[in-house]
Amino acid sequence: MAETESLLETPLAGLHRALGGRMVAFAGYAMPVQYPAGIMAEHLHVRSHAGLFDVSHMGQAELVGEGAAAALEQVTPADIQALKPGRQRYGLLMTPEGGIFDDFMVANRGDRLLLVVNASRKHDDFALIESVLPTGVTLRRLPDRALLALQGPGAAAAIGPLAPALTALSFMGVAEAEIEGIPVIASRSGYTGEDGWEISAPAGEAERLAKVLLALPGVQPAGLGARDSLRLEAGLCLYGTDIDEATSPVEAALTWSIGKRRRMAWDFPGAERVRGELANGTARVRVGLRPEGRQPARGETMIHAPGGETIGSITSGGFGPSLSGPMAMAYVARSHATDGTAIELIVRGKPLAARIAPMPFVPHRYAR
Amino acid sequence: MPELKYTQDHEWVRADGDAATIGITDHAQNALGDVVFVDLPEVGREVAAGEAIAVVESVKAASDVYAPIAGRIVEVNAALTDDPGLINREPTGEGWFFKIEPADAGAVAALMDESAYAAFVDSQA
Repeated sequence: MAETESLLETPLAGLHRALGGRMVAFAGYAMPVQYPAGIMAEHLHVRSHAGLFDVSHMGQAELVGEGAAAALEQVTPADIQALKPGRQRYGLLMTPEGGIFDDFMVANRGDRLLLVVNASRKHDDFALIESVLPTGVTLRRLPDRALLALQGPGAAAAIGPLAPALTALSFMGVAEAEIEGIPVIASRSGYTGEDGWEISAPAGEAERLAKVLLALPGVQPAGLGARDSLRLEAGLCLYGTDIDEATSPVEAALTWSIGKRRRMAWDFPGAERVRGELANGTARVRVGLRPEGRQPARGETMIHAPGGETIGSITSGGFGPSLSGPMAMAYVARSHATDGTAIELIVRGKPLAARIAPMPFVPHRYAR
Repeated sequence: MPELKYTQDHEWVRADGDAATIGITDHAQNALGDVVFVDLPEVGREVAAGEAIAVVESVKAASDVYAPIAGRIVEVNAALTDDPGLINREPTGEGWFFKIEPADAGAVAALMDESAYAAFVDSQA
């Protein structure tokens, strides 16, 4: 396809095509939006068995040197210094104005920190981090590593016999392991709301690793389409859609990612805005909502008070295959943000009744 | 059964007596993916050729469905409301969308035949 000609490819591009993946442009990469089974079947298979996603487009890097954790804290309000070896944490990179520069995962591997950032932001993120590093702390980009996500309630039974070290982890634990002789670093995490692992491996071994994992009982390939509907059911934000540089952690309801120590010291970029918003509240807040009936409402749909004024807009919206109904993430005025509040969505010029609803829409099933 | 005619909007049209039955092609349903909702026009509505009169929503996106010919909506497929997956499973059968009584009896005959549509789809690939 012409539109994918100038796109980058992951080490699994050949495998995606061999599996019948429908390739689309995403963050500058040609990525499979779905395989022949389709988004609905792939989504439901992840919730009932296990799915394998290629997320190699995401940015991987390691931060090494004395004081790496303290250095990283200059651009994030997460408590990195308290992150124990073998553990991973979700964090936000911040703008000086208190907006969200990106969201990311950071793991402590003892002698270094491992970072995973969004594909669309990786160059900017790494430049931001490098800009604050003291002498002796180095960011090493890892473009020669692939990242695979094995997700679903069947993932543990599938991977256990191959890599018992990985099933010994609890949610957000990180370990090195070997899978059929391939050295990997894996975290018990993901972005679907299900149990599973994100597995980093050398690019040259990625296809062999993917084939090993796809041959495990109950494991099927899943594309970006299913990844998107799964993360939305799980109430998880997509950077650039649900959060961005204009959004604060307080508006985005992500203050839980700010370390307690950091909230005492207020020593991170944008702390002034965050502190003020925590004290005084924000005008708008991120919420979940569920339209009545089966009609989905998509991103940018305007939200009104019933018969009244505009109170917000949808950022991500669609149909939840496991929810068996439409769902959306939105920002609304705090006065209308309580669960159960009746609202109207303006879809193609017509009001569609909906209610503010708690997230996740489908309960998380992490291995706590 | 009369042969199917096609439009560049990936719809099919079958002239059956006084009315023309309309749906989306297998190519279109495959490109859309799993259909989860359809918004159908009101029966009795007068429509112009090329007018967006229905919406089909898949897991991924919403797409307009156009009136391939001018006329009056005389029936819509109520079965799609409860089972929109019919559009994926039987796009040119039970997955039909609506029936139009043509304003111009010759309008359907002027649409693309199967081989012309196949050539059009190939030209878009």
